[in-house]
Amino acid sequence: MHRFRFVLYRPLQLIPVLLGISIVTFVLVHLIPGDPARILLGVRGTAEAIAAIHQQYGLDQPIPVQYFYFLVNLAQGEFGRSIIYRAPVLAVVAGRVAPTAFLLAYAVILSILLSVPLASLAAARRGGPADQLVRLFSTLGLGLPAFWVGIVLIMLFSIRLGWFPVSGYGESFADHLHHLFLPAFTLALALTPVLTRNLRSSLIAESSADYVTAARARGLPRAVIFFHHVFRNSLLPTVNLLGVNVGWLIGGTVVAETVFSIPGVGQVMVSSIFARDYLVVQAVTLILALGVVATNFVVDVVTVALDPRVEP
Amino acid sequence: MSAPGISVGDAAGATVGLRRRILGLPRLVHVGGAVVLIWLLLALFAPWVAPYDPIAQALDAAMQPPSAAHLLGTDNFGRDLLSRIIWGSRLDLQMGVFGVLFPFLIGTSVGALSGYRGGVVDMLLMRLLDITISFPFFVLIIAIVATLGAGLLSFYIALALVGWVSYARLVRAQFLVIKHADYVLAARSLGFSPARIVFSHILPNAITPAVVFSMSDAVIDILLGASLSYLGLGIQPPTAEWGLMIAEGQTFIASAWWIAFFPGLAIVSLAIGFSMLADGFAEHFGLRE
Repeated sequence: MHRFRFVLYRPLQLIPVLLGISIVTFVLVHLIPGDPARILLGVRGTAEAIAAIHQQYGLDQPIPVQYFYFLVNLAQGEFGRSIIYRAPVLAVVAGRVAPTAFLLAYAVILSILLSVPLASLAAARRGGPADQLVRLFSTLGLGLPAFWVGIVLIMLFSIRLGWFPVSGYGESFADHLHHLFLPAFTLALALTPVLTRNLRSSLIAESSADYVTAARARGLPRAVIFFHHVFRNSLLPTVNLLGVNVGWLIGGTVVAETVFSIPGVGQVMVSSIFARDYLVVQAVTLILALGVVATNFVVDVVTVALDPRVEP
Repeated sequence: MSAPGISVGDAAGATVGLRRRILGLPRLVHVGGAVVLIWLLLALFAPWVAPYDPIAQALDAAMQPPSAAHLLGTDNFGRDLLSRIIWGSRLDLQMGVFGVLFPFLIGTSVGALSGYRGGVVDMLLMRLLDITISFPFFVLIIAIVATLGAGLLSFYIALALVGWVSYARLVRAQFLVIKHADYVLAARSLGFSPARIVFSHILPNAITPAVVFSMSDAVIDILLGASLSYLGLGIQPPTAEWGLMIAEGQTFIASAWWIAFFPGLAIVSLAIGFSMLADGFAEHFGLRE
């Protein structure tokens, strides 16, 4: 089990990155022109009220001291108060995490369901018509703007055919599956080409490996060779690629949530920008970055679990 | 590098050589190049090519479906969609080009410095890179644009701050290998300055992956720029820009599908043009498969 010891010390190595993330998000909000106290109080703020706010939030302190307070507050889960929602920022954002997480997981599952057969088909007959089609789809898929795809899907499947709701998240689990199908499919269309390409080339590379020839020489059925040998070994680079792409996928959810009016963190981020509710923007940026760091950590663990050769 | 049998000094021969080299490129490069060239020409000659004024409203001609007078129909203000798409190409093409330029310059410099110098400089720059890539790319772009205020300039600044990482990685990886090559050692033992070694010896041999990547990066930047405008954080109305036109058309998808549909096709075609260029050149230089 010593191979998994890194699970304990890797988080310590992440501390510089986490500090960096906190500095970037801190600086972002401090670069906004204008006095936060004035934004908070609006036009009716008197000089005394502004001074009071400055003192209350430590805005009269030097920047490094303010950053220190920021860190202390973060450690206590204190992200400040939202001006628009008149509630703690953390509560506002926390209530929005579930739809975003659901959408992300849904999109990843759909892309796996799409890319595994596509890549297997393309790799089985290299250069054949299926392979050409998959290649065309890969090139095409990379150039599709998610927000437009979403709108076209709404036109076809919600308005014309009436199969799916135009927007929203729904109440029950089945409802969520129904409401989020089109947004998840929109995101999957962006992710599938990348995964398919990658899985296809690892499948091709693995099928020419010596152990495949050996398995064939032993007279193993093709299906057994494919699933037990080739496929398993091809999964690793694809899992890694999923980790690399999770940042992209999260960016995509911001857009998809806006197109389909899903009450997730991305939508609250965009609407908070227009409301000048910057603490919400800051919290969402920070939480999503932590999500990426955590996902990559999980991908590392899965990689070690899938492949005994990998030295963490 | 001239074709065999043609002397290098011969001007006519050089032209033939160039033509052969272009014809010898993968077909993807030809098709992608043609698509990008068509959009470039449309953008350059927009005032002469576009049949109507892109922002002049004609409310009596609002929401007309595609017809002979308006090939792609009109929007809710009666503006001709074809003309708006042609004018919009100026902005979307520009987002692809400038969106790539600054990250390319910054990333290449960082990668060269990091790879050539190594040591503490490398370590610090790579930590900065780690921090930058731990943010979801588009979310950080949105956050920076939110801080700086909506608009094209904010978009370019945000891209420059975030987009350099890919180029830095690619160039650094090349530098780490090439800096140990014999010809670099030779240049160093001749006493050439580090600047001369980096710029005229290593960089020309290290830059190809970054140049090829810049073409797929252009696709990403066009999609990002259009997405920002769609969200309301990029180009502002009434300017014609494809992402913004899609946002404006979304309200009318039930009654006038063409308003949101055609600008999307424009984005897809330009993005695929750049994608094909990237794939073709990657194939040509043996960078993929």
